[in-house]
Amino acid sequence: MLRLLSLVLFLALWSAGAAFAGARLLPGPEAVLAAILADARTGTLFLHLGATLARVALAFALAMSIGTALGILMGRSRLADRIGDPWLVVFLNLPALVVIVLAYIWAGLTETAAVLAVAVNKIPNAVVTVREGARALDPALDEMARVFAVPRLRAFRHVLLPQLAPYLAAASRAGLSLVWKIVLIVELLGRPNGVGFEIGVAFQLFDVTRILAYALAFIAVILLIELVLVQPLERHASRWRAGPA
Amino acid sequence: MNDTRRAGGPAPLEVRIARKAYRAASGGRLDVLDDVTLALPAGEVGALIGPSGCGKTTMLRIIAGLDRDYDGTVRRPAGRLAMVFQEPRLLPWRTVEDNVRLVAPDIDDAALTRLFDLLELSAHRTHFPRELSLGLARRAALARAFAVDPALLLLDEPFVSLDAALAVRLREELALLIDQRAVTALLVTHDLAEAARLADRVFLLSPRPARVLAEIPLRPARRDRSETALATMTAQLTERVAALAPGRTQK
Repeated sequence: MLRLLSLVLFLALWSAGAAFAGARLLPGPEAVLAAILADARTGTLFLHLGATLARVALAFALAMSIGTALGILMGRSRLADRIGDPWLVVFLNLPALVVIVLAYIWAGLTETAAVLAVAVNKIPNAVVTVREGARALDPALDEMARVFAVPRLRAFRHVLLPQLAPYLAAASRAGLSLVWKIVLIVELLGRPNGVGFEIGVAFQLFDVTRILAYALAFIAVILLIELVLVQPLERHASRWRAGPA
Repeated sequence: MNDTRRAGGPAPLEVRIARKAYRAASGGRLDVLDDVTLALPAGEVGALIGPSGCGKTTMLRIIAGLDRDYDGTVRRPAGRLAMVFQEPRLLPWRTVEDNVRLVAPDIDDAALTRLFDLLELSAHRTHFPRELSLGLARRAALARAFAVDPALLLLDEPFVSLDAALAVRLREELALLIDQRAVTALLVTHDLAEAARLADRVFLLSPRPARVLAEIPLRPARRDRSETALATMTAQLTERVAALAPGRTQK
């Protein structure tokens, strides 16, 4: 209820701002909605949303799996941590734009270059978060699994992963929002479709309505993913805890 | 040099540890075990008794293969190993039943049901560990250990910090489980009454660095011990301990 009220307040402020600034600089909510519906009817909206979503999904999956593997390795092995840490500092501080531009120069304006560039931007964050989790693993449970000779894969699934779950959830949350923002830049710079490409075109035409329409449409998609995928998964993973986690 | 090996067939547990030392924080060396030798015949329950901090848990960890940094050899009977730790060490995110099935995925349902019935856990199969009292969590840890049908069972003060009545009941249940199958077990305890109830053989250890001071076979056999026999055995053990460690009082 309070959330709804807060949303209404946001729309009211937006309308007031639109009335004050003029439709050219800030179109009102109904104009943006009309633009979304128009592009939805022709299908171009879904084409671009789909292209962006596919890139987000690929880059996210790639970054999370590599980031998780490296994070576990660095959290458990001091040697790996020592070797990997300087690399981590370099990649954490490498601007996204530099990675993207270099990827396009080295690998051409290809889909592979785009997805890799986004993944490379996200991997260091995932490593840092998962490494924290791997450092906090309970050695007592590890010993239990060793004494009872629980096979590695079973131990990974039932002993290790549940301990990392909160860290993986945090990395995914932060990851999803970071990845989709970088995907837009990648699309703006070197892809012929996607939300970022459309916003680039709209920028050249100074079409604020279109910029907002595509941004809001994609935010809605991310919200949907959060509601139907991320939150139920988190609830399932934390069902053994007392009350809301 | 160390050598943890499993011999074939129903073999005894043989432990020969020449030395186990820790590096102290100050840089010096702290000897924990010094020339510990013990042999436990197959199918027997041995109790390790010694002053606290003498290295009993270290010994158990070496036998379990968790600590490989020692001089000596350990030969475990062939087959699976199970351990009941001082804390229950259950996975908090798995139910009691899933905790047991984690280590014994092939256990048949009837055997599991019998085990849960005997340990009074049947009503708690689907509970998570945080919903259990300490007594129930320790029962779950016992169920997990017996679910793998171990050739060697290691118990590290399994009933510590339970109230006396509950400890006695769990001890009875453990005795029943041990009698039902041919398990070789090594039990670390402070409680001489517990040793008298459960053990076939008692190993008395010296203060750190630990050595075996005496090996005492207990008679009569575990099934034939009446309450009076148990009281006499406990009294005799208390005497032996007092004689070996003058100035020390044992529970």
